[in-house]
Amino acid sequence: MISAHSEVDSKIMLEQAQGVKQFLTFFMADEEYGVDILTVQEIRSWEEITEIPNAPDYLKGVINLRGTIVPILDLRLRFGLSAIDYGPLTVVIVVKVYFEQNSKIMGVVVDAVSDVYSIAEHDAKTVPNFTDSENSEFVAGLVNVGEKMVALLDLKKTMDI
Amino acid sequence: MSIDLSQFFEVFFEESFEGLDAMEAELLNLVPGEEDLETINTIFRAAHSIKGGSGTFGFNSVSDFTHVLETLLDQIREGKRELTAEHVNLLLKAVDCLRALLSALQAEQDPNLEDAIALRIKFEEILGVNQSGATKVAAEKQPAQPEFNTYQIDFKPHHHLFKTGNEPLYMISELAELGDLETLAFHNELPDITDLSADDCFLSWRFFLNTVKDESAIREIFEWVEDDADISITLCGGLFAEQQQATIEEPAVENIESSPEVAEVAEVVAVNPSKKAATAKVTTPAAAESTSIRVGIDKVDSLINMVGELVITQAMLSQIGEQEITETTIASLQEGLAQLAHNTRDLQESVMRIRMLPISFVFSRFPRLVRDISQKLNKQVELKLLGEQTELDKTVMEKISDPMVHLVRNSLDHGLETVEQRIAAGKDPVGKVTLNAFHQGGNIVIEIMDDGQGLNTEKIKKKAIANGLVTEADELDADEINELIFMPGFSTADEVSDISGRGVGMDVVRRNIQSLNGSVEVSSAAGVGSTFTIRLPLTLAILDGQLVRVAKHTYIIPLISIVESLQIDISKVSRVGKDLDVLRLRDEYIPILRLYTIFNHQGAIETLDKTLLVVVESDNQKIGLLVDDLLSQQQVVIKSLEANYQKVDGVSGATILGDGRVSLIVDISGLIKLSGLRKPGSQELIIESKASLEAS
Repeated sequence: MISAHSEVDSKIMLEQAQGVKQFLTFFMADEEYGVDILTVQEIRSWEEITEIPNAPDYLKGVINLRGTIVPILDLRLRFGLSAIDYGPLTVVIVVKVYFEQNSKIMGVVVDAVSDVYSIAEHDAKTVPNFTDSENSEFVAGLVNVGEKMVALLDLKKTMDI
Repeated sequence: MSIDLSQFFEVFFEESFEGLDAMEAELLNLVPGEEDLETINTIFRAAHSIKGGSGTFGFNSVSDFTHVLETLLDQIREGKRELTAEHVNLLLKAVDCLRALLSALQAEQDPNLEDAIALRIKFEEILGVNQSGATKVAAEKQPAQPEFNTYQIDFKPHHHLFKTGNEPLYMISELAELGDLETLAFHNELPDITDLSADDCFLSWRFFLNTVKDESAIREIFEWVEDDADISITLCGGLFAEQQQATIEEPAVENIESSPEVAEVAEVVAVNPSKKAATAKVTTPAAAESTSIRVGIDKVDSLINMVGELVITQAMLSQIGEQEITETTIASLQEGLAQLAHNTRDLQESVMRIRMLPISFVFSRFPRLVRDISQKLNKQVELKLLGEQTELDKTVMEKISDPMVHLVRNSLDHGLETVEQRIAAGKDPVGKVTLNAFHQGGNIVIEIMDDGQGLNTEKIKKKAIANGLVTEADELDADEINELIFMPGFSTADEVSDISGRGVGMDVVRRNIQSLNGSVEVSSAAGVGSTFTIRLPLTLAILDGQLVRVAKHTYIIPLISIVESLQIDISKVSRVGKDLDVLRLRDEYIPILRLYTIFNHQGAIETLDKTLLVVVESDNQKIGLLVDDLLSQQQVVIKSLEANYQKVDGVSGATILGDGRVSLIVDISGLIKLSGLRKPGSQELIIESKASLEAS
């Protein structure tokens, strides 16, 4: 038992030492984005939502998550992309975002979930700053996974509303 | 062997505060000249246990102070001294002082001893104590130049000391706290090991204590064992101290080595300061007292009963779940679910009841307040408390206390007349202030009544005109004028006293009460008195709501703010300005706010005669909210939107409906602000609209 523990522990420690983190990735407008899997609370399907009056358009409203009121953002609208109709693949990823003083549970609507990757943090490249897209501020870094490029989200900035 | 006493501190403080409350209550009942022995005994007992406890826990500032108090009480109790009004006043001050000392100690701060010393001098003057007391006070007053004295203390316990439950170790460590302590232990009386009885004390001690404290401080340590030991305390003087210490050093060390028990003593003495430091670190937060709640055993029992029933229902339901689904199982399933709903509701009520405390917790502070203020104002006041057992949520209770204090002060200061005025007006010279609490519907109502002169409407109106709150032309009836006192910056007191008159009062009172979803009203009759009525929801966690539909959205309007709901008679609606509709309802003009415009919702019914109007009142202003439909009324549990999101204008919170959907609770005063209607503080808009209506 102790050895089993220490085996797992040592694997985690090794990964931590190498700065390897697991990221949940999802699709949005054919691009793949990733968030630290430890921040993810759950993945839900899209459901009826209560609108908040006079809120920005990307704030779709609030849902009841087992007794807690949780705001839901549409990530497409947040990024200034065109809205699409929600389909069967549309999911809400509920994340816990840590701000300076507190942490909040919030949800983001994305086109579809993709995969979980182990990514070493030092592999992440900073976003080239010649893009004048305002969305670059929401991206903490870019990594290559095989042939694909994944943009790692800066949740704190994305969810700071 | 040694017990960490700090674990009992919290209990000690709690008990001491309770004791002080009891003392205060009894003191207020005391009438000099006709005092009841039992009352004095109660006060004495309370003082005595505070003294004993504080001595045990080493809070000497408290125990020293309580000692003089106790001496005075003892003399009164034994009839050696007559109780005078001055004594009662002094004792009440002493209670305040003790409360301050204990609160400081509880917060682990150094108590401010100035008041205590001043009061103590007064007590000692009464008691006529000797010079040594005075010098002691002087010494305490100037701790910068302490005078060291060395005392020789011989302590020879009788054999049975341990059986009385006393432990010399504690006394020795207490001695060590007074100053530098040298200890000599005599073990020459120790019998043979075969004859030795572990329950008996054969040791005796000689201490040399170099301290700034006086003999009585030392005596106090041995107070509990006076009858169980031979104790002699002699002053060796400050000069010899060093020398004596030098001479005794050798044998002391030898003795300590030869006697294991004393070695332990030495250890305890040495350890003590560091232990003190450790307890200082384990800080109980200052707000510790409000984090716990005393719950009556009957409430806990009823809770257990309900949980029992819940378990039975659950067992019943799971049994049904295992059976095959037939017509009969569905019927019994429905029955079981009804049972479950019933249990849940009962359980919810029981849990809510745990947070409910009788309002006497707030009322109990008023006898003292009224006494102090009436003395200061030289008025005679009789305070009557009614409905003290009315229960109220703890959070509401904590927040209602300050506004109530304010209202009672106002009644005493402005409401009640002086004795001469009352006699001149043919009234009983003793003014009456009545606090009454009772339940009405889902609310608790607190009334503060006085039989004074009532509100002076002329004066209020003049003042309001001077402050620009209203104009000369406004025709206001008496109630409307009385309402003006709740405006910001309003005070009619000609002179600012330390009791009232700063004009920051009534609007704050109203705001505080409104923040609890409550309301406050005043009614008054000149020469007869005035009554302030506070209405509060029983709890902050649950609200009675009216569900309304706007387009496809469901909102909740707090029932307490709804005046009425009606269909709009289109002939009574006039348009004022560009886009404000006003409904003439009886003799009032109600601005109509379209919820769908304010909340920016599409698809709502826009024609006035097909919709419903919910007339609500907030900040003394009535407005009509236009909604598509009225749905049900129900109790809703308030959930915070701010926890995971942020404050939303016009919305005070959210709740979860029976079907799991989230619904938002409308915040009326926020809506008014959002709609651009001005607050009643500058009534221009409403008045303007009235004027234009009358013109047309």
